[in-house]
Amino acid sequence: MSTPPSLSKPAPNQPPDQAATPAASPAVRVQDVYKVFGRREGELVRRLKAGEDSEQLKGLGTAAVIDATFDVGAGEIFVVMGLSGSGKSTLIRTINGLWKPSAGKVFVGDADITSVSDSRLRSIRRDRISMVFQHFALLPHRTVRENAAYALKERGVGKAERLDRADHWLDVVGLKGWGDRYPNQLSGGMQQRVGLARALAAETDILLMDEAFSALDPLIRREMQDQLIELQSTLGKTIVFITHDLNEAMYVGDRVAVMRSGRIVQIGTAEQILTDPANDYVARFTAEVDRAKVLTAASVMEQPGAVVPLTSGPRGAVNEMRQHQTSGVLVVDRDRRLLGYVTDSDVVAAVKQGSTDLESLIRRDGLVTVQESTPVADMFAPAAESPVPLAVIGDNGRLRGVVPRVGLLASMAPPAGEPNPIGRPTPIEPSGAEPSEPATENQAGPAERAAAAESASISDPLTKPSRTGAEGEVS
Amino acid sequence: MADVMNPKIPFGDVVENAFDWLTTHATWLFDFIKTVVTGFYDGLYQVLSTPPYWVIILVFAAIALLAGGLRRGWPIALFAVIGFYLIRGFDQWLNAMSTVALVLVSVVIALVLAIPIGILAAKSRTVSAIVRPVLDLMQTLPGLVYLVPVIIIFGIGPTPGVVATLVFCMPPGIRLTELAIRQVDREVVEAGQAFGSSPGRILRGIQIPLAMPTIMAGVNQVIMLALSMVVIAGFAGAGGLGGQVNQALQTLDLGLGAEAGLAVVIIAVYLDRISSLAGKRRDPAGR
Repeated sequence: MSTPPSLSKPAPNQPPDQAATPAASPAVRVQDVYKVFGRREGELVRRLKAGEDSEQLKGLGTAAVIDATFDVGAGEIFVVMGLSGSGKSTLIRTINGLWKPSAGKVFVGDADITSVSDSRLRSIRRDRISMVFQHFALLPHRTVRENAAYALKERGVGKAERLDRADHWLDVVGLKGWGDRYPNQLSGGMQQRVGLARALAAETDILLMDEAFSALDPLIRREMQDQLIELQSTLGKTIVFITHDLNEAMYVGDRVAVMRSGRIVQIGTAEQILTDPANDYVARFTAEVDRAKVLTAASVMEQPGAVVPLTSGPRGAVNEMRQHQTSGVLVVDRDRRLLGYVTDSDVVAAVKQGSTDLESLIRRDGLVTVQESTPVADMFAPAAESPVPLAVIGDNGRLRGVVPRVGLLASMAPPAGEPNPIGRPTPIEPSGAEPSEPATENQAGPAERAAAAESASISDPLTKPSRTGAEGEVS
Repeated sequence: MADVMNPKIPFGDVVENAFDWLTTHATWLFDFIKTVVTGFYDGLYQVLSTPPYWVIILVFAAIALLAGGLRRGWPIALFAVIGFYLIRGFDQWLNAMSTVALVLVSVVIALVLAIPIGILAAKSRTVSAIVRPVLDLMQTLPGLVYLVPVIIIFGIGPTPGVVATLVFCMPPGIRLTELAIRQVDREVVEAGQAFGSSPGRILRGIQIPLAMPTIMAGVNQVIMLALSMVVIAGFAGAGGLGGQVNQALQTLDLGLGAEAGLAVVIIAVYLDRISSLAGKRRDPAGR
């Protein structure tokens, strides 16, 4: 059978250890934090801890954050996602001490924010944490340059130097030459760049972003998200990012915490949340996510069904095609490195001639390979042109799995409760799969097939009569 | 004595006793206030009345241009030239300068007290809760009720006028300062906190500058109320245009009343426009 042990581990997501708990010494650690508002904070927290429902305790006060615990690793972008009123803005404000938690502890590095003195807290804010605000929070009576230099001024940096450094960071965020303007002369997107420059100029290792892009137009928002990710790759800051937009959360976040009514209901990578939502609430959210941008080849790929090693010869290839009822098979070498594919007409001709050489029949034309980390969004165009399934290749050139077009389409449907034969890609089974098992795509219900064919005007390549060539099926 | 249904509360006696106690034991305080106010007033009056009237008119016009810039200041400058020339024409110049001096002394003292109190009230709920009923009292107590005791304490002259004016004109200064500081965008204050600024630096660098338009609206109110009260204080022998109005009332001199009244209106319009110009100029980027 073609299933090697190396494929036995399902690899839909990042390694679980990275997702579940972060690195050994987190940059920010939030521990059992409660934040309630009301006259009887203590009693409210006590009763919440005893497991009472916050809805029934409304008379005592409002619970903004209930039992929040998470660590943010150094250099990580940690996103807290929730609707308005879910407590996410309150939560982020406990990290730099703008709000003092009603219970629980918040550590920034080794310092417990909840118990340090006011002056120590101010020095931590000056040197370690900066913040970007939803409505920019710029000083209207100061120029853009002075705004960007604010943190440096508070730290006591001399005027010439701080304005110099402010100019540098304004350059970085793309506002070169705007330093002498006033904030109200700038568009919203530009004002938020000033806010970002101000936070970056502080040169702190932790950056808090409170709905930083929510007030911006969609196009500008995407631009800012890209810029943030780019900056992050060069600066490597620890970022806690608040948003109400799951798309944004999944786009920028290494990990996402989903909040509802003050509680964190799930923490995980974007793919974990998308493919394995903790409850219906999260699932409803994920229904609106642009899955193509979040899911990667690794999470939609299937076990390669029709694969033969080079040594099996044309006869083995014919057998394999017969077993899988396909018209082409992938060919790998002894180390499972992908060599190409062969078609039924070629191998049948070779068998008739009594040839045992498979290598000369291997084609590579039209074969598209992708990495495990390739987003699904980037796979549609190649998939439409490729006569065979996309091959997913690991670091060492080994074949990790295949993505048939129908699997690609199926991955776009949220994992809903209703019966759906191809609602989710077939996970790769641990060991020797049954002969017919990998060909899930061929067993798709008629409705899905019709939908698939209609939506992308393509059909499954392996079920077509053998026709190869780059022109394969561009429609 | 203890007839609950038929109460007799000797509040008036209490106030009178307290007043007597004050006039005998706190004379040093009243003397101090009197010296400061009289000195301040006399100095200002000298400055306003000694130069030829046209010099002062030109100074008023120049202040309008300074406060509003050439583009927005010129109508007020022109108004100052025509208006104060009219006052001079009514032969009310010295009385008008006396009134302007009284108003300025009252306004300066009122603001020196009102703005810090307003800031404290904005920062502390306790202060706010204490200040509010006091302000209600100051604003609603009929002016003449405290004008009389003030005259008894300070005698005739500018001081009782200034003190009575202070009581009347300070409340909007305090209220609007408190409101202005509370109104400052919370996120901007949070930004100051988030970057490690101390409360004092946040107050000076963020809250006061951002609150300035509303504080200036309060300053404007203080000026206008001071002017209206200074006229009433004329009844208490403070002199100036108020004294002229008082005299016109007593002698039924309609002409004098009209001239003095118009002079008050001219000064009021001028001070109002100047103070609102100064408030608007705080808006950044020249918009």
